[in-house]
Amino acid sequence: MAYKYQIRLTDVTLRDGMHAVRHQFSTEDARAIASALDGTGVALIEATHGDGLGGSSIQYGFAKETEEDYLRAVCEVVRSSKVAALLLPGIGTVEDLKRAVACGVQAVRVATHSTEADISAQHIEEARKLGLETVGFLMLSHMTPASVLVEEGRKMASYGAHAVYIVDSAGAMLMDEVRRKVSALRDGLPSDVEVGFHAHNNLGVSVANSIAAVEEGAARIDASLCGLGAGAGNTPLEVFVAACEKYGIDTGVQLYSVMDAAENIVRPRMHRPIVTDKASLTLGYAGVYSSFLLHANRAAEQFGVDARDILVELGRRKVVGGQEDMIVDVAYAIAQEK
Amino acid sequence: MTKLTAAIVGSGNIGTDLMIKLMRSEWIEPRWMIGIDPDSDGLRRAKDAGLEVSSEGLAAVLDKGARPDMVFDATSAKAHVRHAKLLREAGIQAIDLTPAARGPYVIAAVNLQEHLNSPNVNMVTCGGQATVPIVHAVSRVVGVSYAEIVATIASRSAGPGTRANIDEFTQTTARALEVIGGARQGKAIIILNPAEPPILMRDTIYCVMDAADANTRERVRESIHEMVQQVQTYVPGYRLNREPIFQDELVSVSIEVEGLGDYLPVYAGNLDIMTAAAVKFGEEFAKHRMAVKK
Repeated sequence: MAYKYQIRLTDVTLRDGMHAVRHQFSTEDARAIASALDGTGVALIEATHGDGLGGSSIQYGFAKETEEDYLRAVCEVVRSSKVAALLLPGIGTVEDLKRAVACGVQAVRVATHSTEADISAQHIEEARKLGLETVGFLMLSHMTPASVLVEEGRKMASYGAHAVYIVDSAGAMLMDEVRRKVSALRDGLPSDVEVGFHAHNNLGVSVANSIAAVEEGAARIDASLCGLGAGAGNTPLEVFVAACEKYGIDTGVQLYSVMDAAENIVRPRMHRPIVTDKASLTLGYAGVYSSFLLHANRAAEQFGVDARDILVELGRRKVVGGQEDMIVDVAYAIAQEK
Repeated sequence: MTKLTAAIVGSGNIGTDLMIKLMRSEWIEPRWMIGIDPDSDGLRRAKDAGLEVSSEGLAAVLDKGARPDMVFDATSAKAHVRHAKLLREAGIQAIDLTPAARGPYVIAAVNLQEHLNSPNVNMVTCGGQATVPIVHAVSRVVGVSYAEIVATIASRSAGPGTRANIDEFTQTTARALEVIGGARQGKAIIILNPAEPPILMRDTIYCVMDAADANTRERVRESIHEMVQQVQTYVPGYRLNREPIFQDELVSVSIEVEGLGDYLPVYAGNLDIMTAAAVKFGEEFAKHRMAVKK
């Protein structure tokens, strides 16, 4: 059939998916999942701690493996895709990036809050010098007006990013907002800089949002096997590929292969089903960073409060990505008020 | 009483806040303000306050014969490397507020007296000034195998220097958690929050302790409270958000830093704790220098 659109997919099972398994994938898990993805046609395979390079910490949870062991395991088995790492300036550093490159990483995605692109200049410029495919990531884009996203995206492009993403970290956007923001960024960036979109499924519309993004000119979409990711998960890769087939979007990905990888390789390794339970739904509803989910569940238990109350209060306080320490403080305050 | 003279290099947020604080000092007279942008708000204010201002940089001012007793450098890590050399050659005390870390670290609440004879001292970072004292408060009671801090500051309080130096911030802060805080391993994270109205600076400090029996916990708790009071002597808006939380070997401390509102509004406690610590060192240096001269 004739395709209306052509896009490239980035798989985030081994990065965003790490949130859903509390960063406990082993090198064996990483090898198995990366092998299953390689050759399916996904352009990039992202692998890192959920919070990127340097993310292994008390604040975000310690990973099972060292960063280098984990990355090497993935890079060793991947032949046809590129392996990407995530880097959040303020958490990871250029030194961390150089170590990742030594492990075989060929691409990096540099993520900042959607109003703070200028803290990524150092990292994007260095990434380009290292010869990496370099992508800018504007997190929690639902909090920021389209005009500001365009300004911030232009900054990342000026530092050398090959592509800039609208990232719905809270899974709080619906299709009209995705269309508005993706098209604004597409119009505002130089034509040789691609636009991408990263969804979370907290309101159950990750596939629909991703398709809307493609219609507005997004050339890169993120997805993960079984939707494994923070909160209610990301766009499920196998579902998205099937929907794209029917819709006339060429993803270059073989449907049966990713169905098999999801069913046989990832599902048995999941710690919990990826479902829109009441807490993950609250993330989307209150507009809160999806990685807060398991931390909020834990704090809810520790302090005997409802995780939803914690998340709604965090949303009210406009807490941004990375502020996991606020979860305990808010849970503590709610428990004191009781 | 005669005061020692000071020059401030860098007319951004930190330099300007520093100037306002130094103008209140009984020991130091800020006489020069040196920037690179003649239209900067900092240089304009310095001129209005009667300081000699220059937009030609430190080298030009020294070439013209200016000889301050001390120079506060509030530029960038990269620029400080050049400035450090100039000041060393001119025999002028350098108080470095960038994360360049050419000289030994000074955390005002912990080792103020230790490096009075060092020609170049480094004030670490705002996050370091806010969190290293807490790690030290724990490690003076019980061994700390690992300390991790998360500093969250209002976006509006982070100027271009801070933004361009974000890796240096995490690396220098982490190192200071070890060298001055006493942790065997340190890690630092910084987050910018753009919420309006701007949030106060807040820091979370995690320490993994070698022992966590009831008696140790009580002594750690007391030590933390004492340290908070000590920091409050020069940063009155430094306070605990809640009691320390103990969980197994981990203690987690949450603090908030409200600034004095000298230059930026009170939310910029990160600015205050840095400049207040630098002024405190400058004054100790002045007292020391005058005592030696007598």
